[in-house]
Amino acid sequence: MLVSKMLSKATLLAVVCAASVSAITVARAQSATEIQLSYKDKKFDPAEISAPVNTPIVIKLKNLDAKAMEFESKTLKVEKVVAGSSDAVINVRAQKAGRYEFFDEYNEKTARGALVVK
Amino acid sequence: MLAALIIVFREVFEAGLIVGIVLAVTRSVPHRNQWIGGGVLAGVLAACVVAMFASALSNLFAGMGQELFNAVILCVAVVMLTWHNVWMARHGSELAGELRAAGQAVVEGSKSLLALAVVVGVAVLREGSEVVLFLYGVVAAKGDSGWDVALGGFAGMALGAVVCLLTYFGLLRIPARALFATTTVLIALLAAGMAAQAAAFLEKANWLTAMDTIVWDSGWILSDSSFAGRALHTLIGYTDQPTEMQLAVYLAILLVTFVLMRLYGSPAKATPAPAPS
Repeated sequence: MLVSKMLSKATLLAVVCAASVSAITVARAQSATEIQLSYKDKKFDPAEISAPVNTPIVIKLKNLDAKAMEFESKTLKVEKVVAGSSDAVINVRAQKAGRYEFFDEYNEKTARGALVVK
Repeated sequence: MLAALIIVFREVFEAGLIVGIVLAVTRSVPHRNQWIGGGVLAGVLAACVVAMFASALSNLFAGMGQELFNAVILCVAVVMLTWHNVWMARHGSELAGELRAAGQAVVEGSKSLLALAVVVGVAVLREGSEVVLFLYGVVAAKGDSGWDVALGGFAGMALGAVVCLLTYFGLLRIPARALFATTTVLIALLAAGMAAQAAAFLEKANWLTAMDTIVWDSGWILSDSSFAGRALHTLIGYTDQPTEMQLAVYLAILLVTFVLMRLYGSPAKATPAPAPS
């Protein structure tokens, strides 16, 4: 009984794995807009970035401060910790036209910026 | 100080809810405090390690290390939660009933405790590494009222512990008979929500691109960044803009849990236990 139990568990696991692997595709076919953004002295530079409508966006963020920061945007559904003096890649799905604010969660009041999609 | 308190509290809140639920689930299991405490401790240690290597972790897999790491540990938690539910369907009555004295139940019980300790560890690890990074940054910077912020951070952690206790004692108010059914449903929803979150992380890493259309946008009713939204996000996996894939994964986990509980759940109610010979 124990063996059959373990066997069926293994089959289940295999099915789940197969399903998830088949769902994974290597890369997004649609080419993404790449945006460079840096963070220094608790400020984003540039404070406003823009991207075309309905295309995926890749933000390359350089944290030039020695402290870690957390790039966050509620409207873009992004949350990413960036260690001090290091880079990060942030994938943003294709967006409708609009202004999307982002900020450093650790300095929410002062460190703010926006992505304008048009 | 208040800002630090809010930042830290936001992170530990989720872990607090999960630990509270796990404590309620295991209320009658012997030695559960050591296991759950061990899970929390392991989570804290792991969080420090992850924070230390945050930069290296981030750079793995073309900058998507963080997302993939989160997805993997969430999957581990999902497996553990589901396994616990299935296990409880089989042995729950032994634990809750008078048969608890049986040495077998204690041994078996610790298996399930290990699974839940892992879940607790994962919850603490996920939220903890951000807290560690934040507090470390503050302390390392010294100058600007570091102690004040650190104090706020610890107050935030204390509030997280309060959330944990409130969840625990709130659940214990449910009559013992109904508690088992309640926690089973809670854990199934928790697991489904975590699985959907794992899918969301894989989507962010561009590893999962199928079915990425957003099904609905309920942000105008309840934003998932509001307080209630966050609580529901942790408890039942609420998201205001779920993709088809997240929804499919969510429902699949619920279905798998239900089927496994049916398959392996003990038919104890129908057939009396064989008499010892």
